[in-house]
Amino acid sequence: MRKPLIAYIVSAAVLLTAVGLGVSIGSVHVPISTLWNQGADTTATNILWKIRMPRVILAGLVGASLAIAGAAFQGLLKNPLADPYTLGVSSGASVGAVMTLFFGINIPFLGLYTLPVFSMVGAAITMFVVLGFAKLVDRGLNMETIILTGIIFGSFLGSVLSLMIALTGEELRQIISWLLGSVSMRGWNYINMILPFTIIGSFLLWMNRRELNAMLFGEDRAKHLGVDVKRRKLVILIGGSILTGAAVSVSGTIGFVGLVVPHMTRLLWGSDHRHLLTLSFMNGATLLIICDLIARTIISPTELPVGVITAFIGAPVFAFIFYRQRKGGTA
Amino acid sequence: MLHVQGITGGYGKEPIVKNVSFDVQPGEILGILGPNGSGKSTLLKMISGILPNQAGTVKIADKDADSYSPKEFARNVAVLPQMHAHAFSHTVKATVELGRYPYQTGLFSSWTAEDETAVNHAMERTGVARYANTLIESLSGGEQQRVFVAQALAQQAPLLLLDEPTNHLDIAYQQQLLDTVRSLAVDEGKTIVSVFHDINLAALYCDRLLLMENGEIAKIGLPQDVVRETIIQSVYKAAVKTQAHPELPKPQMTLLPSMNGSVEESLVVDETQFTVTADSVQFHAYQSLKTVSSAVHNPGTGWYTTFVNRHVDANYDCDDVKKEMEDYLEKRGHHLTDTVGMMTAVQTLHAEIASFADKGISIVIAVTAGVGNAVDVSKAREREANVGTINTWIIVNGRLSDEAFIQAMITATEAKTRALQTEKVLDPLTGTQATGTSTDSLLVAATQIGPELPYAGPITPLGKLIGTGVYECTIRAIQTYKEAKGWKS
Repeated sequence: MRKPLIAYIVSAAVLLTAVGLGVSIGSVHVPISTLWNQGADTTATNILWKIRMPRVILAGLVGASLAIAGAAFQGLLKNPLADPYTLGVSSGASVGAVMTLFFGINIPFLGLYTLPVFSMVGAAITMFVVLGFAKLVDRGLNMETIILTGIIFGSFLGSVLSLMIALTGEELRQIISWLLGSVSMRGWNYINMILPFTIIGSFLLWMNRRELNAMLFGEDRAKHLGVDVKRRKLVILIGGSILTGAAVSVSGTIGFVGLVVPHMTRLLWGSDHRHLLTLSFMNGATLLIICDLIARTIISPTELPVGVITAFIGAPVFAFIFYRQRKGGTA
Repeated sequence: MLHVQGITGGYGKEPIVKNVSFDVQPGEILGILGPNGSGKSTLLKMISGILPNQAGTVKIADKDADSYSPKEFARNVAVLPQMHAHAFSHTVKATVELGRYPYQTGLFSSWTAEDETAVNHAMERTGVARYANTLIESLSGGEQQRVFVAQALAQQAPLLLLDEPTNHLDIAYQQQLLDTVRSLAVDEGKTIVSVFHDINLAALYCDRLLLMENGEIAKIGLPQDVVRETIIQSVYKAAVKTQAHPELPKPQMTLLPSMNGSVEESLVVDETQFTVTADSVQFHAYQSLKTVSSAVHNPGTGWYTTFVNRHVDANYDCDDVKKEMEDYLEKRGHHLTDTVGMMTAVQTLHAEIASFADKGISIVIAVTAGVGNAVDVSKAREREANVGTINTWIIVNGRLSDEAFIQAMITATEAKTRALQTEKVLDPLTGTQATGTSTDSLLVAATQIGPELPYAGPITPLGKLIGTGVYECTIRAIQTYKEAKGWKS
């Protein structure tokens, strides 16, 4: 890490700017001053607090969750191509969420959190199955093996989703738009749904920042350095599943955020997880807020799903990282 | 410090390491050797807790290794793994800082001044302090390895386990690294166990060696007791020869390649292969001969093809004799590294060259002799060194052992002295019987093909040939010399 303090200041400034742009730009211009001058314009205040602000915060939380999860997965697996999407974990979370909707599951004790919890369970199960299968194929857990396994399980789960959608009939529309990945028209309810899990998941990962640094040198090496590898690994995987599950349950499958953000952050500020995790969290929020802004303004009045924009940026970055890795450089 | 008792284990059900026991004391370096697959790395992994042991115990500082918590273990045992590539890169400082992980407690940073000192000390010790803010990936392999040594040192553990620490390093880095390791043991009393691929390095740097074979201890002991031809040959299934290190009391070994011998078997030296001119006596063999000599150019032991005994003027005087000799040889088209060169003030045309053979053994002897500066060695005192006057070459068609070379030199010297006695050569200063001249040179060379000749003492067949041969040639050479000088015999 070169200059941690500068990194935090820059990231925070960019994030605040993104929030400012996110709440003010749109079909109706809302001046930033509305934030502290609430009485002046009732319409603007309403748009700001009822529509724009929840949307921006939700985008921020989803982006932050996916990015910090991606950073942790990459460190743990020593694989720069790993993120919730490429590992198939997002698909697992989707299946969990769609199943909840499909069967109309509502567990009274969980209430609002039924959807995210099932989503997380789907994410966690997929995660362990994917890693277990990859390990079965190749003990060394090669970069390509993991990604290929992620694709296999992702496709399989995708077809499970299609099957469920085909069987739902009238609810089809709602699920499809949700699946494409979007943070529009969600409201404060959804923020309540994701916030506790973003906090818990991020905290679990942040607790393991030093361990992730050690594990970059391999699990054996981490063990030599005194890391309780089995326990820490489990905590990191659970933390990542919680974040992915929560993000998917409120916004559907948004790909590549967990890939692009840690990669950029590493390029700019180095791969020390003591800072990488927090910085990825901040930059992930920024990226998704901006992508969402683009999604709803680029061909206005039509809104694109935000997943389209992230994939548009993410896929070339994925290709670039893969190229660099294969040519012997490091990402 | 480290006590290993009957450990058995490996990756699967079939144990790779079987019933291995040993102890290592503080300040000691134990080297683990063995062919590929003999279980040496597995043994190290079992000690470091990466692999479980099915039976037996590992005690570190009198405590069961299993009873340590992961961090506590890392405070007592530092491991230097084999090098490998990484997908992401830390700076050198951040990498070394990880060595302090076992000392970190609590949720937030608990980095202390002590941690900082340990990290800086470790980086200075391994010479990587100046790379502190560089990414490891941009360092060379040797520098990277030193960063990991620094990381292990920052752990400040009394026991250090190294797995082939010099793998992929060139020799300068090998030396630096192992010198550091050695000083950790000697100066800081650390206990060190290291797996080695290279038997010679292990023999050089370790106090004791443990040789593994099929997961069991084949031999454990001092380097000189482990690095022995018979033991290494039987464990590694390779033909080797051992010898002493040229500067240190440590054994070294070298491979014996199995050469195709059809051509070599035909090499037989006889006197017709010698060229004698007024300038020199020369012999060129088309294959190298193992040679021991006191020549001017390439003295000592070696393998050479060209042998030159050069005539120089009696008043030859040169500040740098070796350099002048090299110039001379080069000018005549001799390959310096393949040539042994002597000089004499005697007329080389007077050289006595003859073959001697008996009982299937044959040798060639070449002598140039002048007795102008004859000396009685028992009454020798400070004399001015002069150009050699009795130069004796003995070339043997056969395989000589090391002791045979030395015995051949003794026998030849005795024969030469006897010849001087027969010829009644006196020391002109003392008037007593001379035993040689002040700068005599001797060369024994052997084809190392043909009959085994383990001994060359005076009553062995070879010794008899050398004795009579040198005696006869020296007498004839002295007589020729005297005649040329116009002396009366």
